[in-house]
Amino acid sequence: MRREVPILITSIAGLVFAVSYFIPHNPFGKAESIFGDWVSIVQAFAIWLGVLNLLKVTLEKIFRKSEGWPFSYLIIISLVGTILVGFYDGFTGIYAIPQTSYSDPGTHFDWVYKYFYSALTSTMFSMLAFFVGSASYRAFRARNVQATLLLISGFLVMGGRVPLLDRISALFTDSPIFSNLANWIMNYPNAAGQRAILIGIALGIMSSSLRVILGIERSHIGGGN
Amino acid sequence: MLNTIATVILLLMGLSLIYVLYLTIKGRPVERRIVFLYIGFGVMLPLLMKMTPPLPITSDVQRLYDHIITLPPGSKVLCAFDYDPPSAPELHPMAVAFVKYAFKHNLKLIIMGLWPQGPQQANMAIAAALEDPAVALFPHEQGVDWVNLGFQSGNEFVILSMGSEFKRMFPRDTRLIPYDSIALLKNVVNFSNIDFIMNFGAGYPGTKEWVQIGVDRFKAKLGAGNTAVQATEVYPYLSSGQIVGLLGGMSGAAEFEKVLGEKGKATTFLLAQMFGHATVMAFVIIGNVAFLVLGRKKKDAAGNN
Repeated sequence: MRREVPILITSIAGLVFAVSYFIPHNPFGKAESIFGDWVSIVQAFAIWLGVLNLLKVTLEKIFRKSEGWPFSYLIIISLVGTILVGFYDGFTGIYAIPQTSYSDPGTHFDWVYKYFYSALTSTMFSMLAFFVGSASYRAFRARNVQATLLLISGFLVMGGRVPLLDRISALFTDSPIFSNLANWIMNYPNAAGQRAILIGIALGIMSSSLRVILGIERSHIGGGN
Repeated sequence: MLNTIATVILLLMGLSLIYVLYLTIKGRPVERRIVFLYIGFGVMLPLLMKMTPPLPITSDVQRLYDHIITLPPGSKVLCAFDYDPPSAPELHPMAVAFVKYAFKHNLKLIIMGLWPQGPQQANMAIAAALEDPAVALFPHEQGVDWVNLGFQSGNEFVILSMGSEFKRMFPRDTRLIPYDSIALLKNVVNFSNIDFIMNFGAGYPGTKEWVQIGVDRFKAKLGAGNTAVQATEVYPYLSSGQIVGLLGGMSGAAEFEKVLGEKGKATTFLLAQMFGHATVMAFVIIGNVAFLVLGRKKKDAAGNN
């Protein structure tokens, strides 16, 4: 039963979504809406599960005094602090006139979001530019024909998507040659390649979905054989 | 003054790259920390400059603009903010420009997010738009001219459920005011009551999901603003006409500002991106020139032996 019930739920849900695309009327339309709501509810629980899991892993690290354990206190303080600030702003907002949200500009939560979360995540992401710069110097080499073609197209798109190469070509002509060329690369070779990838992915998803719906593929319910 | 200093330093940096080329050809590549310095200065210094780069309007942006100017005042626009702070440098300026346009032309904004950070980014975009005194003169009452429905978990299934009824997924707005009590949402049941959808997306869930469900299933009109990385995946939908127009990356944002006549941050950021790209391209050239020269030297040495 532990295996049959999840397989049955998966099959019914998969079939309902597949059929309701072609027959959106009831009972399929209604069933699709209900399953759609279930997805939202399950995902909302998954967020809390993630939070609780983070707490568990972090607390374990502190108790075991694993490497870098003092930083785990930062994680817990940030997590609990942000949640408390959000709840505080949420509750005070309900009784404010006019009613406000915890995320409105000027709230404590907004301050945390702007000056902690936003600054920290942006900083982490901006590191990428430095590594791209270093890689461009050490690794992007025209070693063969394919690598050379990739390098040239990348070069043209990089220079054409910003008004860099056009500034140089403006010395000779008024026409924005390089931005037109970059657009052509994006609209034709890139779109064609992306479309091929999309069709390939779609076919792959269809075949694996069919295996799941028919109960052939069972790895998603775990538990070995 | 700062403008001149920044220009002089950038010029000196450009010239010093010749020395980097010389060292690399000699087989003594510079340390990665030096490369980081070049990238850092290449991106930061242009922010101090007052140069306005020439910018042709691409057809992708023009198509979006041509569509949004056809929206009559009072049109209901669903604005999906599906991005977080790391993607904000590219997407936030286009969102601010769009919000400014919407307020100025009395388009009613219904904001939502499939990313938890999206509605917060939307609040920031609205606050940034209202900092412009020219925009603040137009009506911008929350609940009447715009509403923030917040985040809902469920990714593309949220869009699917919204196809039957928005209220199913968003029974209240971010202020916890019931859907039916919000003036702007009177007579808004599902996508059939929406004139246009604008998605600012940085990944999954994002523009792809809006196309696959919002457009294909519920026949909505969709415009998209994406990060440069994400935009490459969206081009097939643009050429097939499934999205009316596309703002791709920083250049898309700057073009959008230009076509709307707004002087926003994307134009300044584009200059930083331009010098950043120039630095990376210079390092690609240096690396490859050295690779070719050293390769030839090795071949010659092997031939002599």
